[in-house]
Amino acid sequence: MLGRRSVLAMPFLARAAFAQAAARVLVIGGGFGGASAARALRRTDPNVDVTLVESSPVFTSCPFSNEVIVGLREIGQQRFGYQGITAAGIHMVQGTAVSVDPPTRRVTLNDGSVLGYDRLILSPGIDIAYDALPGYSEAAAEVLPHAWKAGDQTLLLRRQLEAMPDGGSVVISAPANPFRCPPGPYERASLIAYYLKTNKPKSKLLLLDAKDTFSKQKLFMSAWAKLYPGLLEWVSLSDGGKVVRVDASTRSFETEFGSHKADVGNVIPPQRAGRIAVVAGVTDKTGWCPIDPVSFESRLVPGIHVIGDAAVAGAMPKSAFAANAQAKACALAVVRMLGGAAPVEPRLVNTCYSLVAPDYGISVAGVYRPVNGLLTDIEGAGGTSPIDAPPETRALEAEYANAWFKTLTSDVFA
Amino acid sequence: MARVLINIPKEARKGEVIEIKVLISHPMESGQRRTDSGQVIPRKIINKFVCTWNGDEVLSVDLFPAIAANPFLSFFAVADVSGTISMTWVDDDGATQTELASITVT
Repeated sequence: MLGRRSVLAMPFLARAAFAQAAARVLVIGGGFGGASAARALRRTDPNVDVTLVESSPVFTSCPFSNEVIVGLREIGQQRFGYQGITAAGIHMVQGTAVSVDPPTRRVTLNDGSVLGYDRLILSPGIDIAYDALPGYSEAAAEVLPHAWKAGDQTLLLRRQLEAMPDGGSVVISAPANPFRCPPGPYERASLIAYYLKTNKPKSKLLLLDAKDTFSKQKLFMSAWAKLYPGLLEWVSLSDGGKVVRVDASTRSFETEFGSHKADVGNVIPPQRAGRIAVVAGVTDKTGWCPIDPVSFESRLVPGIHVIGDAAVAGAMPKSAFAANAQAKACALAVVRMLGGAAPVEPRLVNTCYSLVAPDYGISVAGVYRPVNGLLTDIEGAGGTSPIDAPPETRALEAEYANAWFKTLTSDVFA
Repeated sequence: MARVLINIPKEARKGEVIEIKVLISHPMESGQRRTDSGQVIPRKIINKFVCTWNGDEVLSVDLFPAIAANPFLSFFAVADVSGTISMTWVDDDGATQTELASITVT
């Protein structure tokens, strides 16, 4: 009898022993979201065993990559290693997660190795939704680059612009919401316009848009009227700007009402959450990941948290700074949940700078909190640059933009 | 006159199904909104659209206040005879706007 009881007790012993072992948090994706989350976890509780899985040995930042496209910056300045992450006591695993098994809490990597977790944080960023734009494909992106993931695509678009003769026509297409970096297409158009005005002034830039409104619109449009009149033309949705098909062989963009031929064409395509989110079952029919805004835990699969561009973060934009803020809030929640406590409702901040020209910066800031299950903008807490500001203010904001980049990348990678 | 965008092929084979796309720039004021001082902004929408082919009706649409600004319509027709495709939008204030497109059917 006694013997039987001791056998029965074993599972409880095993569980008790397990509870005293370090809790394992696995983070997939070493961008602004995932790297920030890994560090915040270690800062919050040095006893947590944190593993970060990332396929690339070096991170290439999208913020400021528009400057690389027009030669104001080199790609090396966008690149960050993971030495700082390793030094913070995080296990770096170079590999690609190919499957997630939520019931057993295990992740399999491309080399076949298996990693267990108590909680999983996914920060997979975006995938290009090639199937959502007829005519676009990985092969077509070698002719009509998206340059919406920084790296080779950034450099390809740069080389194309450099090779284009004066008098050429550049066409950019911008997608419908939601997509990574809402002001990004407009900053890119601004900086390409700057490049053309400076180097190839007989050229034209056409920005075909699937939207009628966009981030920092008044600031961008007043800057365009001042700096690039006759050079940069924005075609809104209601002006027939929505691109419905592209043709790489003729470098043409077909809209609902016409066709535009480009010498250099940049397709900013429709996007969805990174592939591993789909595999893990945390995406819904929109292609993005619905989350609880307090803990960032998936609404579809318990034990998995999603941060950054892949998450449906309500009013919060898909930006590097937002991913960094979400990572910190998520890390706090994960540590509390591992300890059996309820997560605390966060306040989140986003700031974002865009350059309209090298010495002309504009910004937007927002503060967010969960309301009715969604991250909601706290009215009056944020704002944009003033619409009427002297050139000195714009120049100062361009400097702030550089400081913003240094601060953010140091916080994440230093 | 409101600005209109139209996409209709100039030529089609007899029996071919063609797509007709039209967009009219219009605020489609729903009548549900108020000004800062609390006054209702009067309803002003496009409430009807009619498309005819040599006078025969191809499509007739009633539009309602829930339809967004700049209504965009896309529909299909079978190309039968050459002639004129006529499109008419009717505003709440009674104004109408008609645009014509010619098509050659071979």
